[in-house]
Amino acid sequence: MGEAVAERSGPAVWERARWMVADTWVVAGRYLSHLVRKPDEVVGTLLIPVLAVLLFGFVFGEAMGAVLGEGADYREFLMPGLFALTMAFGIGNTTIAVVTDVGRGVVDRFRTLPMAPSALLAGRSVADVVSALVDLAVLVFMGWLIGWQWHNGPWAALAALGLLLWLRLAFTWIGIWLGLVVRSPEAAMKFFSLVFPLAMVAETFVPVHTMPGWLVPVAEWNPLSATVVAARELFGNPGGAGQGWMAEHAVWVALVWPAVLLAVFVPLAVGRFRRMSR
Amino acid sequence: MSTVIRAEGVRKLYGGGRAALDGFDLQVEQGTVHALLGPNGAGKTTAVRVMATLVRFDGGRMWLDGHRVDRHARWVRSRIGFVGQYAAVDEALSGRRNLEMFARLSHLGRARARRRAQELLEHFDLTGAAERAVRQYSGGMRRRLDLAAALVADPVVLFLDEPTTGLDPRSRARVWEAVRELVGRGTTVVLTTQYLEEADRLADRISVVRAGRVVAEGSPERLKERIGGGRVEVVVEPQDLALAEEVLGRVAGVLPRVEADQARVSVPAGDGALGLAKVVRALDEAGLVVEDVALRRPSLDEVFLSLTGEEGESDG
Repeated sequence: MGEAVAERSGPAVWERARWMVADTWVVAGRYLSHLVRKPDEVVGTLLIPVLAVLLFGFVFGEAMGAVLGEGADYREFLMPGLFALTMAFGIGNTTIAVVTDVGRGVVDRFRTLPMAPSALLAGRSVADVVSALVDLAVLVFMGWLIGWQWHNGPWAALAALGLLLWLRLAFTWIGIWLGLVVRSPEAAMKFFSLVFPLAMVAETFVPVHTMPGWLVPVAEWNPLSATVVAARELFGNPGGAGQGWMAEHAVWVALVWPAVLLAVFVPLAVGRFRRMSR
Repeated sequence: MSTVIRAEGVRKLYGGGRAALDGFDLQVEQGTVHALLGPNGAGKTTAVRVMATLVRFDGGRMWLDGHRVDRHARWVRSRIGFVGQYAAVDEALSGRRNLEMFARLSHLGRARARRRAQELLEHFDLTGAAERAVRQYSGGMRRRLDLAAALVADPVVLFLDEPTTGLDPRSRARVWEAVRELVGRGTTVVLTTQYLEEADRLADRISVVRAGRVVAEGSPERLKERIGGGRVEVVVEPQDLALAEEVLGRVAGVLPRVEADQARVSVPAGDGALGLAKVVRALDEAGLVVEDVALRRPSLDEVFLSLTGEEGESDG
């Protein structure tokens, strides 16, 4: 326990980085065992996308297909949208977990330990990305059941999944920040109802160019849209080759958007966490 | 004895300019139990949270084990354990997983963390429930686990914020026992409490806190004496009341207090037991028949009331 005495010397920086990683991993392990012990949370997250597969894929599916043009399969179009939707819904779980921890005083215990303070937040985001991997695996299987598949080989498909997880990582930090800002799980739920329209006004369910003109730029610049279009392109699903600058550079935008979100929300969340001691 | 915690004129302002701590001074000696006693809203909780690096303060200075609390937070954290008012353990995890996790975050390393968790589970009589999720624990078990979690890194100072609030008498006694044992092994304990009995039974020193500062400090005995020491009370036959009043007045040199309905006369004890002896001798010489004679010390309740004012502020 003597290492902290040499707080500002050279090797201590390296030592601290090592502890930061170790601590992050321990905290991530904590949240991941929650998933094992509370499988209802996983089921809850997947419920909406799975229902959406059935609803949009089959109930609206035939009518929607007409929008896409001759021969296009709406269910092929739909699945990448639902993958991204699930990434967005993860925000709710993150926010509720963080706000509950703060309320129960668990965070106080962590804050009196000689651990790296931001490891608590980083650990949560790592756990979220891992659990998103589970969500995606379930949805990919679901898609396979209804006839969705990728057409550009496994590497392009993995790249698409990577972009989705990259988006999830960015959303995780929005969730962490919200969890530190709101005061109760009930308040968090109210924020969560905003996620739904945000997830709809995007490429998720219909091509953006079918929306009224004034809505197009909003939907186009929605961080969700770039990832959805890029994923469709990489999977080789219809709707991938969209129109406009955004659609043509979808993969790049899907890389940059989450980076921008991270650049904004990581400092916000860490700053907010530090200010808890005021 | 060496000083483990020293606070000098610590100030903590909350929004709206309300001072939760307003010139808070404290000195805690190593290996003692130090109680911060006061009503709700007196600033006790803020005081321990500041000492435990959970809350930053706005003025004054504070050291823990020789280091400035505001400048070396991480160092301080490697030397303290903190038990808040709500059990700060993970409900979804087992007791063992909780302890292992906190031990690893205290940088004990995987193998030592595992050993330490096992030790603490045994020590706090939780081995039977070790693999069960904490949400199935009783209130008392949860408290014990919480205490165990605060002890994973063998802290120099353990902070307990109202450790027995809401516990049944048996669980309370167990917490007290655990605290005494810790102090026996050299740990310093700083606790806050609203219960006078708790401070009286556990603490070596008590600091009475009111409006963000320490208004009185000392051993429980000293504090009781500060409030005028004890009184010698004499109960006599009703017809002897006037004579007893005269004798007591002469011995003590002050006007005695007379409660005629109970045939009781009392004077300040002055030198405690010596005063009692003097009174008994004088009564004997006067040939009075004494029904009962006693040296009565004021309860800590009386000390508390006279030092903190009649009513505690109600906001927490």
